[in-house]
Amino acid sequence: MELEVRRVRQAFLSGRSRPLRFRLQQLEALRRMVQEREKDILAAIAADLCKSEFNVYSQEVITVLGEIDFMLENLPEWVTAKPVKKNVLTMLDEAYIQPQPLGVVLIIGAWNYPFVLTIQPLIGAIAAGNAVIIKPSELSENTAKMLAKLLPQYLDQDLYIVINGGVEETTELLKQRFDHIFYTGNTAVGKIVMEAAAKHLTPVTLELGGKSPCYIDKDCDLDIVCRRITWGKYMNCGQTCIAPDYILCEASLQNQIVWKIKETVKEFYGENIKESPDYERIINLRHFKRILSLLEGQKIAFGGETDEATRYIAPTVLTDVDPKTKVMQEEIFGPILPIVPVKNVDEAINFINEREKPLALYVFSHNHKLIKRMIDETSSGGVTGNDVIMHFMLNSFPFGGVGSSGMGAYHGKHSFDTFSHQRPCLLKSLKREGANKLRYPPNSQSKVDWGKFFLLKRFNKEKLGLLLLTFLGIVAAVLVKKYQAVLRRKALLIFLVVHRLRWSSKQR
Amino acid sequence: MELEVRRVRQAFLSGRSRPLRFRLQQLEALRRMVQEREKDILAAIAADLCKSEFNVYSQEVITVLGEIDFMLENLPEWVTAKPVKKNVLTMLDEAYIQPQPLGVVLIIGAWNYPFVLTIQPLIGAIAAGNAVIIKPSELSENTAKMLAKLLPQYLDQDLYIVINGGVEETTELLKQRFDHIFYTGNTAVGKIVMEAAAKHLTPVTLELGGKSPCYIDKDCDLDIVCRRITWGKYMNCGQTCIAPDYILCEASLQNQIVWKIKETVKEFYGENIKESPDYERIINLRHFKRILSLLEGQKIAFGGETDEATRYIAPTVLTDVDPKTKVMQEEIFGPILPIVPVKNVDEAINFINEREKPLALYVFSHNHKVPVGWELITENIVLILFLISVPVY
Repeated sequence: MELEVRRVRQAFLSGRSRPLRFRLQQLEALRRMVQEREKDILAAIAADLCKSEFNVYSQEVITVLGEIDFMLENLPEWVTAKPVKKNVLTMLDEAYIQPQPLGVVLIIGAWNYPFVLTIQPLIGAIAAGNAVIIKPSELSENTAKMLAKLLPQYLDQDLYIVINGGVEETTELLKQRFDHIFYTGNTAVGKIVMEAAAKHLTPVTLELGGKSPCYIDKDCDLDIVCRRITWGKYMNCGQTCIAPDYILCEASLQNQIVWKIKETVKEFYGENIKESPDYERIINLRHFKRILSLLEGQKIAFGGETDEATRYIAPTVLTDVDPKTKVMQEEIFGPILPIVPVKNVDEAINFINEREKPLALYVFSHNHKLIKRMIDETSSGGVTGNDVIMHFMLNSFPFGGVGSSGMGAYHGKHSFDTFSHQRPCLLKSLKREGANKLRYPPNSQSKVDWGKFFLLKRFNKEKLGLLLLTFLGIVAAVLVKKYQAVLRRKALLIFLVVHRLRWSSKQR
Repeated sequence: MELEVRRVRQAFLSGRSRPLRFRLQQLEALRRMVQEREKDILAAIAADLCKSEFNVYSQEVITVLGEIDFMLENLPEWVTAKPVKKNVLTMLDEAYIQPQPLGVVLIIGAWNYPFVLTIQPLIGAIAAGNAVIIKPSELSENTAKMLAKLLPQYLDQDLYIVINGGVEETTELLKQRFDHIFYTGNTAVGKIVMEAAAKHLTPVTLELGGKSPCYIDKDCDLDIVCRRITWGKYMNCGQTCIAPDYILCEASLQNQIVWKIKETVKEFYGENIKESPDYERIINLRHFKRILSLLEGQKIAFGGETDEATRYIAPTVLTDVDPKTKVMQEEIFGPILPIVPVKNVDEAINFINEREKPLALYVFSHNHKVPVGWELITENIVLILFLISVPVY
């Protein structure tokens, strides 16, 4: 493990990963991999999650291709130094921020969307010029093996390596020193990752989870609302970090909601859900049993059928759920949708605020003011109003959590920024030393007063204009003196020309 | 401790700290405090660091006032939602990023610039709408007491509180849960802070230190270079996180550099440095002894005089320093300036890259062009002094 990490660090220190051209080349190679080896990629992920290859493409591959294209298009601009706004002290200096790579980045992938959640951060890390160690989730075995096989065939083999393994190997890996650790997964392991990172003062980006609430207002189109929620909830069999975890709504709406979700499920997956190619399975037996246990003592409105052999759990809705029961104590990450009745939006807001900050918040209402209020009075990683999941799809948004749902963000340029060090550079000249006298000892009241004059706006707003005029006057005087000879010649020339013209016009 | 933190959190949950007007009001109150109680503030800091009140003003108070003014001017714009560029899927939707407060912020201050390093983060935390617990450094006692006394007289007493104490109290405090921890100090404690934060998944901002290298090229105006370095090095008696820690240069330059720095020291502090009101003292005996021990076995080009009673260490320069010696193993944070001779800029770059990334990097040269392979991996500010050769005619 240590040797592997050292090898990658040596590769980074060679400087190979830094030039723009190299980064673009690697990203293009990655795109080629996704296009040429599509079959292998789709097959591996489909096997892990019992997902149709269509769904793998729509849910994972499309996002990866889009992200690579976005990077290729924008990277040349992002790597350049950005001039910053200057102040009086630095007016004549060069002041810019230069993005630079951090070094060796560790990316720990997740199993629920094993491809995109590992490759999308990788894209950002490569774009920022780093070397990367990728540790895919061992739960999505086929994808892990596929990545270990394919990535070295397309990417630089010393700069970007795949290390596979379970808890033991990951713990060993976390003892090593990295320049950034990017982890996608659950809160408990998130704490372990951050604690390990603290030993080396390694910055971390933690994409965690939580219970993303879904508030349904009286004033909305329940047909559309329920269709959208059904899509987001049962996609990937509920195993989505930003899936709507539970519903909050007034008790009077429960029955309609149950009915409409049931109808939509039939529409999406047919009468025999088990046979639908679009309905996935639970990743493994441990999670299957975990999710099953959440059903104990609950009022199942519909669903609830299971099959341990295939790790199948039917799309399920629970009603009149007691907030103190198990299903409301942990992130469900499965196809169980509890409805918790609340009196009104005030109670909903309090309910949400009494709990950990979730990764996403969903509000459904025709009432724009209500949506704004809910956003103002709660906190969450991100928000989608009147839909679910969709804020993930816009890469101008920094995607990440807050509080226990995570820290840091990525997607698009935010990935580039996450994996870069934004280095401020101030280039001064060895001239104009006279101006520095103000800052050198011995200090005095007059120096302090001058300092206030130059640095504090309240003192110099009106006076600055006057100072500028005086300065210009001095500059003009200096220039005139310096170029006296030249100016005299030019003045003489102009005089002669004018004189000549006047003389020639007089002649006529 | 737990009760105090809970009280602040309750205050935050009341929503009081969020409206723009409230934040501006608190910032204005803070500015009033700095202006009305200037005497108390200057006196406290001057006492802690044996610094002249002029220097306190120039080094700390001006920055604080400037920062408050900057916030007051820009905050109304910053708090608004920022629309983002949309894609095909979201073309007809409203898409924006809304800045929101994190909640309860813990700010752990430092002792070397005890006012600005505690208040400047506080200004940001207030501006962002948070509640704040301020833990000033116990090493700068007078400032810590002054803050505990003055802040409650101007700021909301439930949202912004000062908790004073040493290692024990800070350790207790770090067991509590915050929404962000801002720490200024050294690397060792930085790790402790981050480890404590990990237990609650609290994001941290760690302003630490390191050995900020100072490379002096052959091709530069040594007079000006040495003056600037002297100013930055001996300011606050070397106790500045971004002070030039050590010099790298070709051996042939050493003598000139020593001479010019010596002359500049005389110019700044006079013949009797001890009596200069502009020369500070080491914060406490522990650091005094620590810095003294760095001199062992070193070639002292000038300086080296000390006085334990007043914790005075003269501006000192060491030459031909061996990189393996103690003075090159830890951040000096004192008025000792080692010169480590290197063959050329390539060696300098390697030297810097073999070590931990520093907080600042300084390069002095007329030569704007960076040599091939200038891949310095360092933090923060790069100050390159060069001659802008603009052909005028």
